Amino acid sequence: MSTKQINPSNLLNTDSLAELDSWIAKYPEGRQMSAVMAGLRIAQDQNGGWISDELIEAVAVYLDMEPIEAYEVATFYSMYERSPVGRHKISICTNISCMLRGSDEVVSHLENRLGIKLGETTEDGRYTLKEVECLGACVNAPMMQVGRSYHENLTPELLDSIIETIESGGSL
Amino acid sequence: MINIEINGQALEVPEGTMLLEAADNAAISIPRFCYHSKLSLAASCRMCLVEVEKMGKPLPACATPVGEGMVVHTRSPKAISAQRAVMEFLLINHPLDCPICDQGGECELQDVAVGFGNDTSEYAEEKRVVVDPDLGSLISTDMNRCIQCTRCVRFGQEIAGQMELGAPGRGEHMHIATYLRGSVSSELSGNVIDLCPVGALTSKPFRFHARSWELTHHDGVSLHDGLGTNLRLDVRRDELMRVVPRENESINECWISDRDRYSYRALKHADRLTQPQIKRNGEWQTVGWDDALTFAAESLQKIAKQHGAEQLGALAGGESTNEEYYLLQKFMRGVGSSNIDYRLKQNDFSDSVSDPSFPSLGQTIAELEKSDSVLLIGSDLRSEMPLIAHRLRKAVRHGRAKISSIASVDVDLHMKSSEQIVVAPGQIANALAAVAKSLTALGATAPAEYASVIDAVETNQQSEAIAKELKEGSATTVMVGAMAYAASDFAQIRQLAAAIAEMSDSKLALLDPAGNAVGATMAGAVSHRGVAGQEIEKAGMDWRAMMASGLKGLILLNTEPELDSADSATALKGLENSGFVVALSAFDSEQMRQSADVMLPIATTFESAGSAVNLEGTWQRFSAAVNPPGEARPAWKILRVMGNLFDINGFEYLSVDDVYTELQTACENIEYRPLSVAKVDSASTTATLQRIVAPSLYHNSGMVRRSDALQATESAAAAHKLRLNSATATKLGVVDEGEVTLSQGALSRNIKMELDESVTDGSFVLAAGTSESMGFGVDGQFEIGKV
Ligand code: SF4
Ligand code: FES
Ligand code: FES
Repeated sequence: MSTKQINPSNLLNTDSLAELDSWIAKYPEGRQMSAVMAGLRIAQDQNGGWISDELIEAVAVYLDMEPIEAYEVATFYSMYERSPVGRHKISICTNISCMLRGSDEVVSHLENRLGIKLGETTEDGRYTLKEVECLGACVNAPMMQVGRSYHENLTPELLDSIIETIESGGSL
Repeated sequence: MINIEINGQALEVPEGTMLLEAADNAAISIPRFCYHSKLSLAASCRMCLVEVEKMGKPLPACATPVGEGMVVHTRSPKAISAQRAVMEFLLINHPLDCPICDQGGECELQDVAVGFGNDTSEYAEEKRVVVDPDLGSLISTDMNRCIQCTRCVRFGQEIAGQMELGAPGRGEHMHIATYLRGSVSSELSGNVIDLCPVGALTSKPFRFHARSWELTHHDGVSLHDGLGTNLRLDVRRDELMRVVPRENESINECWISDRDRYSYRALKHADRLTQPQIKRNGEWQTVGWDDALTFAAESLQKIAKQHGAEQLGALAGGESTNEEYYLLQKFMRGVGSSNIDYRLKQNDFSDSVSDPSFPSLGQTIAELEKSDSVLLIGSDLRSEMPLIAHRLRKAVRHGRAKISSIASVDVDLHMKSSEQIVVAPGQIANALAAVAKSLTALGATAPAEYASVIDAVETNQQSEAIAKELKEGSATTVMVGAMAYAASDFAQIRQLAAAIAEMSDSKLALLDPAGNAVGATMAGAVSHRGVAGQEIEKAGMDWRAMMASGLKGLILLNTEPELDSADSATALKGLENSGFVVALSAFDSEQMRQSADVMLPIATTFESAGSAVNLEGTWQRFSAAVNPPGEARPAWKILRVMGNLFDINGFEYLSVDDVYTELQTACENIEYRPLSVAKVDSASTTATLQRIVAPSLYHNSGMVRRSDALQATESAAAAHKLRLNSATATKLGVVDEGEVTLSQGALSRNIKMELDESVTDGSFVLAAGTSESMGFGVDGQFEIGKV
């Protein structure tokens, strides 16, 4: 018995669907499934930074794939969030190069400054701290990603100035 | 051909072969976990690492294609050290709980660890813990044991055609799970138990009941569908503990359906009949065999003498052995009556004269994989013959076959289908005529008998597309399935299907829903044909005619007609109107106690020796794996004694082999005579609300209906509901109801309702074989209203 499927156009807005269509068009016919990563990202952006189970399923249905396949992708990559996150998601790399260059201090500095632990969100919903694997910027380790921007060669001073820029509403 | 050398042995293998396959074929064993010959390559476990000269690092044999001049070592120090290292990694997170693991003794991990594992581990950290998903009543999970080989995941994607299990998460967090809803619903799901190399996925009903080394293996054959799936019956101390597949590449490959795997649970059902019983003055009494048989024989004899032998009839279920069918008809015909029929799942006999000599797939099962195009008519193939559906799925996956369907529901085949025509039950014949007409446009000539019928309809885009696919393909088949068999205009559907097959040069596959239909037909267990499909002087009554006339004496062999037949109304009425009823049955039921006068306990197919013929015409024999319980006896023995009590000649069999030989000899030169053309008038219906009898996977026979494990599945639960689309429900004013009242004539019953958009307008689906559908007919006027 097939379960009742959800209707993607009820969950994804027209802009999202249009963007998803443009991604589907990049792949050969019948390979629409290849757009799954873009699809999940689009759904996440639309939803304020995280992607619900329904949205995962909506993307899957739209791309004519099994929901579990999209779910596998959504749970594999660390850039997809499956529960709400703060407005500013700070992803700190703790992989080998960054670790050797002091990512532990980056973590403890931000934890102290923001009053949350890795994996937590501040009460005001502004910041989320997240530990991630190598983001490919090892040459300038330690590094972190805030929203969409990379910040490298981190020092406590640099970290403070980044937070202050955010606090003052400046762009990174 | 490529020349390679493995462990000093020179081999010549075809290009493209993987090292592991080449080694397997040369009987050189390489350890492996993720590799499976029926699944795509994952090359993820790395257990198959071997040394290839001139290559720096060890290579995974399962995913390394042979190359000219390759020199491979599977047991060199370098290979062994790689294999031992992988083994150590695989065991890091494995709980090593073999003493309480069901897989113990038949575990690939255990076996390979004996060869490649260390006795101690350097790993002192905590092991990971995974939450076990609840996959339903068939499969038990212990996911800490999983080694992430992904065989189970690939099985869903590639074989079952329905990816229910996946591997979400990454690295250490990767685990096997379903998406949100827990259980798996595939009709082939149990195969992941056999595929899983460890004890992560095991059989739930079998859990903690036996150790593999205590079991003796017996060969069995499934009679639940026309495939004749080969089974291995695992027995401990005369108890059937579980059923697993027995490999037979030409029939079931290495798979079995869940129905075949778990039906054995019925053997211990509380309904099991273990003593002969007779009804005296309305009271049931347990008696000895002598008394029961004498009582039965004398009563039947009296009827024959008083009212003539034509007042005796016999109905047989679809899952009996050739020998049982043969002796039943020999007995009946010996007494002087041809009133015998196994075709309870068929409802229209108006073209019986044109029956083929036996139902057939028209080809071998394996040939189906080479199909270019298949047209399914009135068939929910996955529910009828799960492994035939699998063969077609293979044809679609590998050969890009085009599968289309004409039915009253939009059947979900779990494969890409090209055209799906969904029409009201009475309109199937017209849809077929349209395909035939489209074929004439492509140059085919319609049979004269149907020329005017075909000419009268309009073609459409879909009929043209189907016609084109059938006409252009070189390996094409027209299949007629169980929904068509149950329809009241089956004869016309079948005739038009045959016309389409003829016109498009396709094979005609008649998927008779009785499990051993071919055996029954060859054995002569039909009213209008004798043994080996021979014409007989005077045809008897088909089952509907018998039930309609209410015979003075009736024998039931292995059937509960009111549940086995889709037309439960006719069956029930017939039972009520029948005089003296002798039931040879493995199970007892409320209804049987009411309608029968004698109940003779019989052995099931697992408890009795016999043979069966599958839809490709293969004869398969099997012996009893366990003894029947109590006083139950194989039906062939009971029928033999009945023959003796009636003093009928030729009932002096010493063993079932004698019966087999006699039947086999008679059928030796049987020639296949295809369905012939006969003019059948179209049956028009005026009913505004029509019933579609969709086959229910887990209600097709008494044994399947009594398997606790199968009955606890989602598929079984779905059969208890009435399904209709929201448009129809709105029209009837019940769209918001969870339960509706279904009425037909004097019978009305409250049944749970589910909206299902795959059902055609103006119709509803109600499966046969359930307590909900008992007593309802297949056609005529129905009413659905609020409770
Ligand atoms: S559950 Fe079994 S078959 Fe599935 S990935 Fe784990 S070990 Fe492999
Ligand atoms: S290890 Fe941190 S960016 Fe590569
Ligand atoms: S069997 Fe070769 S990598 Fe798993």
